[in-house]
Amino acid sequence: MTTTSTRGKTPRATAKATRTSSPEAKAASALLPAERPIRFLDEHGARVDEHSGYAEPPVELLAEAYRKMVVGRRFDQQCTALTKQGRLAVYPSSHGQEACQVGGVLALRADDWMFPTYRESVAITTRGVDPVETLTLLRGDWHCGYDAAAWRTAPQCTPLATQTIHAAGVAYGEKRKGNDSVALAFIGDGATSEGDFHEAMNFAAVFRAPAIFLVQNNGYAISVPLDKQTQAPALAYKGVGYGVRSERVDGNDPVAVLAVMLAAVEHGRAGHGPFLIEAHTYRMDAHTNADDATRYREPSEVDDWRSKDPIARLGAYLRAAGALDDARDAEIKAEAEAYAASLRERMNADPVLNPLDLFEHVYATPTPQLAAQRAQLAAELEAENQ
Amino acid sequence: MSTTMAQAINTALRDALKDDDRVVVFGEDVGTLGGVFRITDGLTRDFGEDRCFDTPLAESGIMGFAIGMAMAGFRPVVELQFDAFAYPAFEQILSHVAKLRNRTRGALSLPIVIRVPFAGGIGGVEHHCDSSEAYYAHTPGLKVVTPATVADAYSLLREAINDPDPVVFLEPKKLYWSKDEVSLPAQTAPFGKAEVRREGTDVTLLSYGPSVPVALAAAEAAVEDGWSVEVVDLRTINPYDDATVDASVRKTGRCVVVTEASGFAGVGAEMAARVQERCFHSLAAPVLRVAGYDIPYPPPKLEHHHLPGVDRVLDTIARLQWDDVPMGSGAS
Repeated sequence: MTTTSTRGKTPRATAKATRTSSPEAKAASALLPAERPIRFLDEHGARVDEHSGYAEPPVELLAEAYRKMVVGRRFDQQCTALTKQGRLAVYPSSHGQEACQVGGVLALRADDWMFPTYRESVAITTRGVDPVETLTLLRGDWHCGYDAAAWRTAPQCTPLATQTIHAAGVAYGEKRKGNDSVALAFIGDGATSEGDFHEAMNFAAVFRAPAIFLVQNNGYAISVPLDKQTQAPALAYKGVGYGVRSERVDGNDPVAVLAVMLAAVEHGRAGHGPFLIEAHTYRMDAHTNADDATRYREPSEVDDWRSKDPIARLGAYLRAAGALDDARDAEIKAEAEAYAASLRERMNADPVLNPLDLFEHVYATPTPQLAAQRAQLAAELEAENQ
Repeated sequence: MSTTMAQAINTALRDALKDDDRVVVFGEDVGTLGGVFRITDGLTRDFGEDRCFDTPLAESGIMGFAIGMAMAGFRPVVELQFDAFAYPAFEQILSHVAKLRNRTRGALSLPIVIRVPFAGGIGGVEHHCDSSEAYYAHTPGLKVVTPATVADAYSLLREAINDPDPVVFLEPKKLYWSKDEVSLPAQTAPFGKAEVRREGTDVTLLSYGPSVPVALAAAEAAVEDGWSVEVVDLRTINPYDDATVDASVRKTGRCVVVTEASGFAGVGAEMAARVQERCFHSLAAPVLRVAGYDIPYPPPKLEHHHLPGVDRVLDTIARLQWDDVPMGSGAS
């Protein structure tokens, strides 16, 4: 037995020593995420003394993040209410994920590209897009309501992970044009199982494209928990196999999310290629208003995450830093209420839709067959109106 | 000057790269090797690796990367190496390439050309010979083009690259080495214009891409049987030229659709349906189809049984109720 045990140990030890000294092992370790998710704040918002290797974002930026998160959450709540009033066809909430929604966006410049999914409505409004235009998809008026080119924000993507390759392509294209802009793709934990996510990381790495893949790991792909999704030690390890610099971050710590996002952006602008961030967070609400989360998760789990609320944590930190007081907090909450009230009012108006628009943008110039079909619908509409 | 279709496509790519800095060519093996069919031969050497480059072996990645590059203002021309190797790119093509203009109300458009060597007749083993045109043609937002002549291969590809919308450019593999007396650059009719390749008075053979030479050979052979056969080449499946097709069928009063793809629910079914919907009173006989069988593409030693040949076309023409006479033709 002793002999066997020794035999078993020796080759492993030798192999490990060889690995750590090889160029491949060195390259791999330079890409690996930290042992624990990067965090700056504890669950109560107190600054932790952990050497993260990331610079703390300026307090003005954190104060702005706080404001955007408070407004974003109020917007999100209003949207869920609008589904109950029949004003939205569906709404996937990001309640609880505000640190990623806001932190991802505030690290970007206006000329950076962004690729949101259906859960990124708060990220899109944080970018400055009009909230009603943001909700066009979910209201069912059209597939995208904002000017995707002007905002450099792709339409909200529903086929999972497909948008991550677009981010790689546009990031490479901008680099080829001599620009130092980056492309940020939002993605969830479930979508890291999709092949396109892997092809995106591979393409981005091969072409050294400044794409950032921000994985909001909220633990569930609708109902399927992460341990049924992957056996990877952590999702951030998926980058290493493709040569992508990777990091894990406490996704409910807005300071940490911003710090790592800012570093990822700089990494891209400096020509070092793509960056994968796994942010550990939690979706406090169900997948959408049509989902029943009690079928797949315990109330105690939700309560546990409530105590890690990103807005409360950042608020506490800013107060301790002297960057937030009751008066300012009240101002921000009033702004959020006004934002929600304006949204409610505007969403109560019935949109005027022109059914003939259905034919306008299939091609730059409609084919003769589409022109004929458009005329057919026009005649049907005329008959209805008579 | 004797030119092959392969040379015409290569020259079209070269001329596009020369004329427009935004054009980039990429795909698997298109760089140093010049493509498995040598269609991109010399492009990397002559234009540099920024303009024509190899990618990782991942078709969805190629397609998605092209979407991103087009969003950044480039005009990607991608090669998906074989018809049946294009399927991993389907989600990108159907959900994004075909829809982005519509989703964004024109804010973002995708001037992408998807080159696909397609269809059979080259003795390829499985997964190398699919007729995949129906999948693309069924998808609104895509244009679907397939040349049958050398001049068209050049001209239609130049037009595809200049088009503001995505174009699936299906290159009949078996015609790569076909030759015509053509000087390049050649300018032929634009998208959406079918061509009468041979005039005739008794029956219209309606065809496109790889099946056009079969239709022409059948028309030639039919002379012996006393039939004057007209051959119409669609050139572009979408946009579709009803007018030229209608004019031919109204003149001849009979129509046979010739496609090498499996017939069931194929492009040929659409062609036949359109003719009977639009030319019913000119028809002396039902529109018949000659197509490949509804089977997975056969192995090389059996493919000749599957592909429509001259005899199958002639047999079908013979079934066109020749004793009957078109209504309203004036004959009685």
